[in-house]
Amino acid sequence: MNNNNLKGWLYLLPAIVFLGFFMVYPLVDVFIYSFEEGYNFASQSYSGTGLFNYSFVLHDPYFMQALKNTILMVIITVPLSTGFALLISLALSSIKPLRNAFQTIYFLPYVTNTLAVGLVFMILFKKTPYSDGLANMLISLFGGTSVDFIEGPYWAKMFVFCFYIIWVVLPFKILILTSAIASVNPMYYKAARIDGAGSFTMFKKITLPMISPMIFYLIITGFIGAFKSYSDAVALFGTDLNAAGMNTIVGYVYDMLYGDSGGYPSYASAAAIILFAVVLTITVINLTVSRKRAVY
Amino acid sequence: MNYEEIELKSRRRKTIKNVIVYIFLAIWAIMVLFPFYWMILTSFKSYSAYTSEYIPKFFTLSPTFQNYIDAFTAVPLAKYFLNTLIFTLATTGIMVVVTVLAAFAFARLDFKGKDLVFTLFLSLMMIPAELVVITNFVTITNWNMRNTFMGLILPSVTSVFYIYLLRENFAQVPDDLYKAAKVDGTSDFKYLTKVMLPICRPTIVTVIILKVIECWNSYVWPRLITDDQAYFLVSNGIQEIRENGFGRENIPAMMAAVVVISVPLIVIFLIFRNKIMEGVSRGGTKG
Repeated sequence: MNNNNLKGWLYLLPAIVFLGFFMVYPLVDVFIYSFEEGYNFASQSYSGTGLFNYSFVLHDPYFMQALKNTILMVIITVPLSTGFALLISLALSSIKPLRNAFQTIYFLPYVTNTLAVGLVFMILFKKTPYSDGLANMLISLFGGTSVDFIEGPYWAKMFVFCFYIIWVVLPFKILILTSAIASVNPMYYKAARIDGAGSFTMFKKITLPMISPMIFYLIITGFIGAFKSYSDAVALFGTDLNAAGMNTIVGYVYDMLYGDSGGYPSYASAAAIILFAVVLTITVINLTVSRKRAVY
Repeated sequence: MNYEEIELKSRRRKTIKNVIVYIFLAIWAIMVLFPFYWMILTSFKSYSAYTSEYIPKFFTLSPTFQNYIDAFTAVPLAKYFLNTLIFTLATTGIMVVVTVLAAFAFARLDFKGKDLVFTLFLSLMMIPAELVVITNFVTITNWNMRNTFMGLILPSVTSVFYIYLLRENFAQVPDDLYKAAKVDGTSDFKYLTKVMLPICRPTIVTVIILKVIECWNSYVWPRLITDDQAYFLVSNGIQEIRENGFGRENIPAMMAAVVVISVPLIVIFLIFRNKIMEGVSRGGTKG
């Protein structure tokens, strides 16, 4: 028995060592950092403890800008992408020929490098001295005035940002929803058809309730994922996101840690904990709502 | 209205509905494919042709490979590629060993404190990477591991979620097999490698695929930990090209680099399409 005890721990040892060093210890440490004021990276010393780091971050205009960008983007992209994914999945489920081909195509963005394809979006939307870019060509085709989506007005930048994020997150949502729709027992539809239900009634009364747990799952993971987006913004607007006015909360954390304005692990820690608190709150709210609404 | 008319009408309505559905699906398919088309197209346009097109053209009559030559010669793109390959293989390899051992311990071995440790592991699943990356950055810096493969690899070789996924799968293997193996005098390790792993291969393949995609796309950690170009991964490399390299000027060459970086994962996807889609729907999170 004693021998068995030892063996079990031996199998666990690598995982425990790695998790201990790179997960548990950092988790404790990040809270300590966030309360240490004036932490100096080189000498590893600090001048006092308190809430100053939090107050600094919350009064930093760059953080407020990042917070605003992130929240606006989350509010726009999560409902739009979930709704759009639902529409596409319903359309996919109603056809037979070409369904596999469409599914394969729709999944492509999932397996692409976010940074690399973001650059394609950048050149599609960017205005350069020699060309207005493809997006602007389409706009002027319909009689609009051209606008620089990458370095122009805020709403234009926000539009590209949201558009790219929706493009990136849709594959996962479509995949989950198509398999959820496919798993609804066809007997329900047959019974409903005998009762003379139309296709919209069937969607509202059968499909939607049956897949509602998956929709709520997607909304929750969508919120969490969108709150943490960062590399999408880098791909479109470059690494100096503060200058572009398009930083995200995660971007703010990394900028504080490293880069031109970096070297402040205390501020970075405080910002990361604020982010964690926001995400946790929203997840709890989502879970409470979904428990009331979802049909299991 | 007789029966035939009703049938005709309903069939016509069905056809119209189908046409609308297909048009809708086709429009989104074009939206998805267009960026890929555009990057391939641009990568074959010559620099002078690209900059002289005020209105971008949707085709090119004189394709050139010069951009690909430029992409590989002007920056160490091949080196970025090799780095990413080493990073991906090493991280995935170590991760599989670590998670399989841990999952086996949780699923099959009996030892004191197992339930408590498992609960602790599960609670770690809720911790976002952003929260621990700050201290990890400091740790790796203090260990003088910046700009090394060790520094890149070490923090990402464990995943509580994959341990959980594997444990669930291992636990489904019937107890009787284990008892029979024990009677035959098979050691636990031999049982794991000869019986468990072959039975659970689909799940392990899933985990490997997900990890490979994650590694190939990882950007944040490598950016923090490397500032020496000799250790850049493709994501950091492409960002470097865009900000300081030829990407500011020579967009066709940058698109050639983008094509080169995107192709491997797309090829893997087209080969293992079903495995990947099944794996992602079981354990994917990007989105």
